[in-house]
Amino acid sequence: MNSKAANNVATGVIYALVVAVVGILVFLLGYILITGVPHVSFHFLTSAAESFKSGGGIRDQLFNSLYLLVLTLLISFPIALGSGIYLSEYAPNNWFTNIIRTAIEVLSSLPSVVVGLFGYLLFVIKFNLGFSILAGAIALTFFNLPLLTRSIEESLEDVPDLQREAGLSLGLSRWKTITGIVFPAALPGILTGIILSAGRVFGEAAALIYTAGQSAPMVSYSNWNPFSPASFLNPMRPAETLAVHIWKVNTEGVTPDALQISSGASAVLIVVILLFNLGARFLGNWVYKRMTAAK
Amino acid sequence: MQDYSFDEKHIVHIPTEKALTTEDLQVYYGKNHAMTDASLEFPRYRITALIGASGSGKSTYLRSLNRMNDAIATVEGKIIYRDTDINSKKINVYEVRKHISMVFQRPNPFAKSIRENITFALKRNGIKDKAELEYRVENSLKSAALWDEVKDDLDKSALALSGGQQQRLCIARCVAMKPDILLLDEPASALDPISTAKIEETLKQLRKSYSIIIVTHNMQQASRIADYTAFFHMGHVLEYDKTENIFTNPEIKATEDYISGNFG
Repeated sequence: MNSKAANNVATGVIYALVVAVVGILVFLLGYILITGVPHVSFHFLTSAAESFKSGGGIRDQLFNSLYLLVLTLLISFPIALGSGIYLSEYAPNNWFTNIIRTAIEVLSSLPSVVVGLFGYLLFVIKFNLGFSILAGAIALTFFNLPLLTRSIEESLEDVPDLQREAGLSLGLSRWKTITGIVFPAALPGILTGIILSAGRVFGEAAALIYTAGQSAPMVSYSNWNPFSPASFLNPMRPAETLAVHIWKVNTEGVTPDALQISSGASAVLIVVILLFNLGARFLGNWVYKRMTAAK
Repeated sequence: MQDYSFDEKHIVHIPTEKALTTEDLQVYYGKNHAMTDASLEFPRYRITALIGASGSGKSTYLRSLNRMNDAIATVEGKIIYRDTDINSKKINVYEVRKHISMVFQRPNPFAKSIRENITFALKRNGIKDKAELEYRVENSLKSAALWDEVKDDLDKSALALSGGQQQRLCIARCVAMKPDILLLDEPASALDPISTAKIEETLKQLRKSYSIIIVTHNMQQASRIADYTAFFHMGHVLEYDKTENIFTNPEIKATEDYISGNFG
């Protein structure tokens, strides 16, 4: 076979593989959206779930997912930012740093159901948090930290060393150089990392079943006191999220329209995660342009 | 390339005021002895060029002068600035770099506006007065011969400038800090001839109020702008004299061979 033919064959194979990947994605998305979207309505998004009757919605689950996401990011972002800065800017190249990196890799490959059970034993039982949004948020932090740390570290490392040298050569301290020059230059990448990890957190179910719980007690959306048990802001209440709801309706749902509800909820979940992904690209590009291009 | 003796040296002393002096400076990268016994005196308000082939140690030497090599190399010996050895552990390196500033080979403006590129370090060093900041922006851009080209676009991103403009902005950024000494590490090697000429013109103007030490690969550039020139060879300074002597009547064989293009 001459080199031209070999090239054609290789190109053909590569194209076929790409088509396969895209095809699987399109098929999945299309199936979920086509079966789910017809069941999504304003009523579906704004009413509470029903236990036995049909016609229930996903209002509380949708809110719980968002609230849990915000809490998770509030806990995990500062930790990930600190460790990302350490790893990219300060960590010397030695055995200790290698241990940290290996630990992060191991943490990122822990199955989420294991993280969930660990969270159940430690937070729910031992620390007596009960099934609660807080326990869920801490479990999700464990799940989220490795990837977020990695993405922040990589965004910081993408900033050329020349920028650091420029800051240092002007008599700025290392810390001022990092906060004033390196961090802003890495911001688009960091934002993208946060939003992509938000998508993963939003769709997570296994780690939450044993931590945030599987029930969505009645809450009042007009009670803004986070210490009141009936408030939607109370982090100590159990909270079934959208992803957990899909799993539960499918396994033990007794409502006549369980299938429709799980299809509709799946469609909503997918759409929200897609929005996160598109939003990440858009926001990242927008911030980058704001910072680099002419006003 | 033939071997040259490192014992045969011709290093002059500076009769006029000195900006910086190094005594027996040694630089090691791990076990690699990259710079040996560099003892040079740099005149105040003059341009000194450091020339030599790639790997001769001239950039290594330059970066040691404001302690930019601290993280990657071991530097021994004395660097005397205003009667103080600034190569001492007790010295605040950030303070040193406010007096001895550096411009790099590749332009490295911050991903900020032109104005902020200049004001950023000033603000972080405690200058808050708006009028003073404005004055320094205009003044430093004028000394870098960039003001006329950018005065209407100060809020545009510095990354939108051409390479030559970016490099002059980097010079302006250093000048705005009002340092004593400017170190330049091949500042024009990534630029076209017209931009290079502008940079050289800028440096000639800056010589009136700054002491400048410049590393260059370009021997014409050294002969055009430098008052003194040091020739580096394989980690040793072999010759240091007035530029005209170096280029017309070098004392050392290695210098003569290098400037006549026999190696390097």
